[in-house]
Amino acid sequence: MIPEIGQFLLLLALGVSLVQGVLPLAGAQRGRADWMALARPASYAQFILVALAFVCLTASFVRHDFSVLYVASNSNSALPLAYRIAAVWGGHEGSLLLWVLMLAAWTAAVARFSRSLPIVFVARILAVLGLVAVGFYLFMLVTSNPFDRLIPAAADGRDLNPLLQDPGMVIHPPMLYMGYVGFSVAYAFAIAALIGGNLDATWARWTRPWTSAAWIFLTFGIGLGSWWAYNELGWGGWWFWDPVENASFMPWLVGTALIHSLAVTEKRGGFKVWTVLLAIMAFSLSLLGTFLVRSGVLSSVHAFATDPRRGLFILVFLVIVIGASLLLYAWRAPSVGLGQRFALFSKESMLLVNNMLLVVACGAVLLGTLYPLFLDALGMGKISVGPPYFDTVFALMMAPLLLLMGVGPLMRWKQDDAGSLARRLRWAVVVAIVAALAAGWAMGRISPATTGGLFLGCWIVAAIGVDLVERLKPRAGLGGSVFGRARLLPRAMVGMMVAHLGVAVFAIGVSMVKTYETERDVKMGPDSSTEIAGYVFRLLSLKDVQGPNYNAVQGRIEVSHNGRVIAMLSPEKRIYRVQNNPMTESDVDSNLFRDLYVSMGEQLPNGDWIVRVQHKPFIAWIWGGCLVMMLGGALAASDRRYRLRQTRSADLPAGAGAAR
Amino acid sequence: MRRFLLPLALFLVLVGFLAVGLRLDPREVPSPLVGKPAPAFQAVALARPEATIKRDDLLGKVWMLNVWASWCAACREEHPLLVEYARRGGVPIYGLNYKDKREDGLGWLRRFGNPYTESLFDPDGRIGLDYGVYGVPETFVIDRTGVIRYKHIGPITPEVLRDKIEPLLRQLNA
Repeated sequence: MIPEIGQFLLLLALGVSLVQGVLPLAGAQRGRADWMALARPASYAQFILVALAFVCLTASFVRHDFSVLYVASNSNSALPLAYRIAAVWGGHEGSLLLWVLMLAAWTAAVARFSRSLPIVFVARILAVLGLVAVGFYLFMLVTSNPFDRLIPAAADGRDLNPLLQDPGMVIHPPMLYMGYVGFSVAYAFAIAALIGGNLDATWARWTRPWTSAAWIFLTFGIGLGSWWAYNELGWGGWWFWDPVENASFMPWLVGTALIHSLAVTEKRGGFKVWTVLLAIMAFSLSLLGTFLVRSGVLSSVHAFATDPRRGLFILVFLVIVIGASLLLYAWRAPSVGLGQRFALFSKESMLLVNNMLLVVACGAVLLGTLYPLFLDALGMGKISVGPPYFDTVFALMMAPLLLLMGVGPLMRWKQDDAGSLARRLRWAVVVAIVAALAAGWAMGRISPATTGGLFLGCWIVAAIGVDLVERLKPRAGLGGSVFGRARLLPRAMVGMMVAHLGVAVFAIGVSMVKTYETERDVKMGPDSSTEIAGYVFRLLSLKDVQGPNYNAVQGRIEVSHNGRVIAMLSPEKRIYRVQNNPMTESDVDSNLFRDLYVSMGEQLPNGDWIVRVQHKPFIAWIWGGCLVMMLGGALAASDRRYRLRQTRSADLPAGAGAAR
Repeated sequence: MRRFLLPLALFLVLVGFLAVGLRLDPREVPSPLVGKPAPAFQAVALARPEATIKRDDLLGKVWMLNVWASWCAACREEHPLLVEYARRGGVPIYGLNYKDKREDGLGWLRRFGNPYTESLFDPDGRIGLDYGVYGVPETFVIDRTGVIRYKHIGPITPEVLRDKIEPLLRQLNA
């Protein structure tokens, strides 16, 4: 009965989203206040309906209802409760349900926190979000219904993919989807503004916190995915340039560009057309990512069960949503005026270059991801594009970006003077060079590529330092203590500094890991030992372990450094009973400056094991950097001027924000 | 205006490629086994533990090898198609009961019908390993001289059966 209720709720939600997508939009065109007023209640109703449907599917999992095909394919009676709940989004159908749930949640949030926006604008935004939801409900109900029955019921389920049975996996997809779907808000704002013809500083100001919020979730989702792959795949890699990873990374790159471009639109009234295009692109890439993952056009370790009908459906949906948006863009954009003029050497130029680099980097990732498909489609053979291409191209794009990240924030809007800027930053250059060389020396080997990466990281930190010192210097009309002045810094400004600091931390982490990591595959039996980077790994014992739904061999490995025992690691090789899949559970001893990573490979005929031991200096900085970036995003999004009643700024004519 | 149509044009080109890509299968890796003699095996029959079946017993006729298991959800999807095919009286289908328990496998056949002339019992997956099985179900077409002529990974769809397997069988039986 519960699955039927869930199915019925989904149908109801489809109906409500149709109303939400059509009537308020028509009302906004015709000036019908009653039709526009439907937008908010419809958004809330849709959210409640889909949330209840989600509860229904979760209940089927919790109750082991193997007469539901999706439950039978993704769960098992021995699966622990936490993973049964996570299994709701462990497959294609359920993750789509999660997608629409997130979309409905964002929509409801927009409905709730848009009191200060004109109703015409709100009606259009919610209608656009409603139309996107219609597409996803149809997709689910037509091709991928999570509530389909399996008659007769299976005796037991097929179990959740063992790769997904990990705490990181429980929250990785929801965070990633929050990010993906979050860009639909910026997209809906852009489309509504294109329809209404009110692309101005106020529109940019409304869009900014929503974009930052989506970006924070996406950053978290990607970082978590990387951390999960590192811990769970057992190779010790943290980024593989897999098509599905790329699919999440492309919206992130464009979203980052969008955040920066919105700043120009809000402060200077410039880049309006470009900002709109970025907002459309960010969400389009999220949709494209969904297509790539679901349609099976690319092979990937993440691939869901594929079905050509699904691929075709999403492709048609993509054409309608993105095609219509770009057509609207081509129609309305020419009438949008240009912003204020700026000199070649100005903050605007810097942000323009930033945007170019980010978008070109995204283009390079897109090209690399789809290149195998292009060649295959043209009948030119099957190839795959691997990390060497991505690493090289990406480093080429990111190096100038990081270099400018030090300069850009210190520059003035409109026009700046190169000479004085060079004077302000000369110490930062010296500090960065010395720090980069010193770090290389401390690690025992100075290589050009690492020194470059370290220099860029230190350079950003030093430039932020210069910026901070200048802003905290006593000035006329700004007395008090340093702390008093620090408290007066706008939160958005602090957020930017923190986010850039996060990038620096990330860059330093990557440079360190890439150059100084060491690994060794050794044959180990009980009481044998091996050494890397001064750490001695000693296998004490091997024992059989029974998990709830797997059997495992667990190694006990003692790690010592300079004769002192510093860690005890217990990597496992698991066989999940239902799917008969071997899984490598690595064990890691982690601190701020290095990870010691141990995973078990194959067992040899004589009972010994191949064990992979790795020493990864500074790898925690990679994810630490992501966390710092997120913190920066959160600070920026919570700046108080976004929370102020915006009636005052709404009265200003377009572009007036530029005067400030 | 034309300048603003550029994103749309680029997008449409991309869609063209994606549409073509949908018809291609990135996983359609040409199997190294196609065109090679089917690996030899000597297996116990699932239903008759006392009987053994060898590859060479099957020489001289065209047959299909279908890898299945009672734990395999996708097998249930293709199963009615196989039952229907066997009822119509096509070439013999031999099942390879892969990494399964005997009673589970037999129970599964009783429940969903048995299209197989005989099922080979492969509890530890050794035969499957020789045949390069990496996902269940898989289906092989093997000709009179014991050479593998076709391999399909994943559940057989009516289209695959009609457009690929049956024409090939007609040609092999001609």
